[in-house]
Amino acid sequence: MKNTVLTSLTESAVGPDLEKAPTGIHGLDQITGGGLPRGRVTLVAGSAGAGKTLLGLEFLVAGARQYGEPGVLVSFEESEDKVTLNVRSLGFDLDQLRRDGLLVMLSFRLDPSDFVATGEFDLQPLFAILDDAIERVGAKRVVLDTIEVLFGAFGDDSIVRSELSRLARWLDDRGVTAIVTGERGDRNLTRNGIEEYVTDCVIVLDHRVTEEISTRRLRVVKYRGSAHGTNEYPFLISARGFVVLPITSIALNYAASEERISTGIARLDHMLSGGLFRGSTLLVSGTAGTGKTSLGAHILNAACARGERGLLVLFEESPAQFLRNMRSLGLDLQQWIDAGLLRIWAARPSELGLETHLAVLARLIEDETPSVAVLDGIAAIGQGILAAEATSMVARKIDLLKSREITTLVTALGQGEGTSTETLSSLADTWLLLRNVETDGERNRLLFVLKSRGTAHSNQVREFVLTSHGVELVDVYVGAAGVLAGSARLAQQATERDAEVRQASDLDRRLRELRRNVVEREAHLVVVQDELDAERAEIDRIDLREGHQAADTEADRSAMATRRWADAAPSNGGQR
Amino acid sequence: MTGKAAADGLALTLYVDGAATSSMHAIEIVRRFCDEQLGGHAELEVIDVHQQPELAARDQIVAAPTLVRRLPGPPRRIVGDLSDTAWMRLGLDLGPAELSGAPSGPDE
Repeated sequence: MKNTVLTSLTESAVGPDLEKAPTGIHGLDQITGGGLPRGRVTLVAGSAGAGKTLLGLEFLVAGARQYGEPGVLVSFEESEDKVTLNVRSLGFDLDQLRRDGLLVMLSFRLDPSDFVATGEFDLQPLFAILDDAIERVGAKRVVLDTIEVLFGAFGDDSIVRSELSRLARWLDDRGVTAIVTGERGDRNLTRNGIEEYVTDCVIVLDHRVTEEISTRRLRVVKYRGSAHGTNEYPFLISARGFVVLPITSIALNYAASEERISTGIARLDHMLSGGLFRGSTLLVSGTAGTGKTSLGAHILNAACARGERGLLVLFEESPAQFLRNMRSLGLDLQQWIDAGLLRIWAARPSELGLETHLAVLARLIEDETPSVAVLDGIAAIGQGILAAEATSMVARKIDLLKSREITTLVTALGQGEGTSTETLSSLADTWLLLRNVETDGERNRLLFVLKSRGTAHSNQVREFVLTSHGVELVDVYVGAAGVLAGSARLAQQATERDAEVRQASDLDRRLRELRRNVVEREAHLVVVQDELDAERAEIDRIDLREGHQAADTEADRSAMATRRWADAAPSNGGQR
Repeated sequence: MTGKAAADGLALTLYVDGAATSSMHAIEIVRRFCDEQLGGHAELEVIDVHQQPELAARDQIVAAPTLVRRLPGPPRRIVGDLSDTAWMRLGLDLGPAELSGAPSGPDE
C-alpha cells in the first residue's frame, strides 16, 4: 500500500518483477521509487562520518519494526555495544530488537596488530556465521559495515577480492536484501573498487564542508532496472535519524485532508469556502508592501490560538522587526513564542547556502512538529543564485512541508507573471494575489483568489486593509471606472449615500407637494362649487323675477287700455 | 604477563572449514606442530565453522584456516598458511624454537 502510488516516471521504468525493500527513510524511498532492490546487494559508499552506518541501521530497524523483516548487522568497525550506544539517542533500541529476535549483531575486530596472515585462506567462517545468523532470526536484511576493512587486514587483497565477489553472489542467492558499505575512494567510488561486485544499486553519501558550512548529500549513482532520481539530495542526520529531502517530481502521494483551518481572517475564510484545507499550500504573491507578511502572521496567530504549533521562516526580516510590525497590526505573536507554540527562524539563504537552509528547515520541522508553517519572502532565496536552482530548492521545501501535512503559506514577491512565482504556483493549492492599485494619488491593496484547488472560492476582488486591529477585507466598488478602493471607495460610498438621501428627500417633497396640491384643489373645488351654487341661485332668482315682470307688464297694459277705453285689440307688443 | 610455564598453559584453537579438503590438511599440520614444537603440552581445539558458527562468531573469526592462541596472554591469531614452523612461532608469539622460554616480550 505504501508504494502503490508511484509517479509515471517510476511506474514506467520499474518492471513488475523488480521488488523493492523500503528503507523506512522516507526521502530515500521516494528517490528510489520504493526502496532498495529486494534480494540484491546495495553498495553505500561514503567517506568517514558520512552516515553509512546509520543508513544501514535505519534500514535494519525499519525492516524489523515496520516491515516484518528481521535483519543481521555485521560490523567490522565497531563493537556491538558501541553501535547500540551510538544509535540509542536516535531512538533505536537495538537491544530490544535483539531480545525480540528481530536483529542479530555480529562484530569482527580485524586489528592487524592482532594477527598475521599469509598464504591461502578463504572467508568461509564469515559465510558460515552469517548463514547461521540469518537462519536464527529468519533475516531478510543484512548490512555489512564496512566490508573494506577486510582489505589490508589479510595481506593478500586478491583473495579478499575474489571472496567478496563470492560473498556478493552468495547474498544474492540467499535472497536477502543487503547493504554493504564502503569507504569513498579518490578515483573510484570506493577505495578498493568494491563497486565492481555490487552491480545492482550504488548510493553515494557525501559530507562536504564549504565555507564552514557542512552539507550532507546523497546520490543514487546506479540502480539497475529502475528509474531513480539522479540529483544530489541533501540529507541530514536529525534527532530522529536519517532525513533525506525528497523532491516534488518523484511522488505525489500526499494525504489529503478534508479539514478546514482558519486563516485568521474571517472574510478570507469565507472567500475560500471555510478556510484552507489542512496540509495544503497557500501561495501569496504580490509586490512589495502589499501585506503578504501580515497575512502570514494572521495564519500563525490563528493556529497558535487553536493551540497548534507554528513555524515561521523569515528570509528578509529579523524576528524582532517582524514582531514589532505585527504588533502595530494588533497581533501579539510574542505570547505564542513564550507559550512555546511559535518558533521563528530568520536566515538569508544566501548566507547559509541553499542546501543547508533546506536542511535546517527540515530539522526545524522535525524538532518543532508545526502544523502551520509560513515561509516569508522566498524571493530572497534567489539572490545571487541561479533562479532555477533557487526555485527547485523552494519546491523541495514546500514538498517537505507538504509531506509532513503541514499547512504552509509561502509569500513571494511578484505580480504573478514572474517566472519563479509561476513555477511555484503549480505547487500551491491556493494562490492569493495581492496587488497595489494606484488611484487618485494613493495606493490601495487588493486581494484576489487566483486559484484554490478543491474549493469553491469567491471570484470577488476584496480590498485588503491593514488596521490597528489586524487585516480586514472590505468589498470594493466595481464600476465603469474600474475597481475603486481606498479613498475612492470611501468617496464613492459617500456619493452613493448622498444620492440616496437626496433621492429620499426628493420623493418626500414631491409627496408633500402632491398632498398640498390635493388639499388646495379640494379647497378650490369647494369654492368653485360654492360659486356654481351661487350662480345657479342667481339664475333661478333672475328667472323668477322675469316672470313677475311679464305679468306686471300685461297687467299695466290692460289697465292703460281700460283707462283709454280702447278696443281690446290683439296685443302686438310695442311699449314705446 | 603470565610468563611462566607457557607451554603448560598454552591453549590453541583451530578454526577450519569442514567442507574443504584443505581443512583436513590444516588440522594435520597443526597437530604435528603441537607435537613436535610444543612437546604435546598445548591444548588444541579444532572447530568446524559450519558445525559451530556461534563459536566462530564469538571469537570473531572471519577467515579459515585461523589458528588462535587463546592462552596465555592476549589472543594471537594466524591466518592462512600454517605450514611454516618459524612463521607459526612468530605469529603465535611463542618465542624462539626452544619451548622452555616464556613468550617474548609484549609487542604492540
